[in-house]
Amino acid sequence: MFKLMICREITKLMSQRLDVPLGIKDRLLLQMHIGMCGACRECNRQFELLHQAGNAYEPLAHEQGNTTENLS
Amino acid sequence: MTASTTDKKNERMQRLVAVRPRLVSFARLQLRDLAQAEDAVQETLVAAMEKNDSFLGQSGYETWVFGILKFKILDSLRSQRRQGNWRPWEEELDDEAFDRQFKRNGRWKEAARPSSWGDPEAAFVSERFWQVFDACMIALPDNIARIFSLRELMGLSTEDICKETGIKENNCWVILHRARLRLRACIERGWLLGDS
Repeated sequence: MFKLMICREITKLMSQRLDVPLGIKDRLLLQMHIGMCGACRECNRQFELLHQAGNAYEPLAHEQGNTTENLS
Repeated sequence: MTASTTDKKNERMQRLVAVRPRLVSFARLQLRDLAQAEDAVQETLVAAMEKNDSFLGQSGYETWVFGILKFKILDSLRSQRRQGNWRPWEEELDDEAFDRQFKRNGRWKEAARPSSWGDPEAAFVSERFWQVFDACMIALPDNIARIFSLRELMGLSTEDICKETGIKENNCWVILHRARLRLRACIERGWLLGDS
């Protein structure tokens, strides 16, 4: 369990959480660690942002489409 | 054909022309080959024009076109795999480069400590964020980038990624973890320090 309090191991849970639901123990460990560690908190935010990148690609394309609409 | 349907067709055509560069860069991140990306986009544009009448406007037009492109990308990936154009997965699984952000005791190295990227909404509307994102994706090893983009750009589940690529789900999580760590480090360098 101690191993899981290490930042490198915690980032594995952070990543996996975005692909598959974590078990209760892992969820608690992750929450606890993120509560204490500012660097991992930021890392978690960055992973979440990357997770949304795919969806963000398309609205951006949509806006570019709208620009042409305004020109015509 | 009435004047208004012709107008509508012309307008759609212009929107396709406008969205094309974005489609090409999206396809390129996943196919890792500009010529194949251009081909997939070409087929997408033709299909979009042919199926023009079947777009009912429930979602945005560009989103609909992206949907077509995703099918074309999957087709191309399948034929890349059939032709044996992918490197062996073992190389990615042995790679320890991702560890460079951590000290031996598993804590963040001072120089690699993640810092705030500010408001995600602001990042997503910034052209420069996407330039950095694209550059960092291109810099990833092919196999790592392929898994990451199947998951995060195409929205496939890790279960479906296993079917498409023939790797085990556990390996998929390992590769996604490495992809995210590498991307975050690369984007942080380019996004926050890029001005200097």
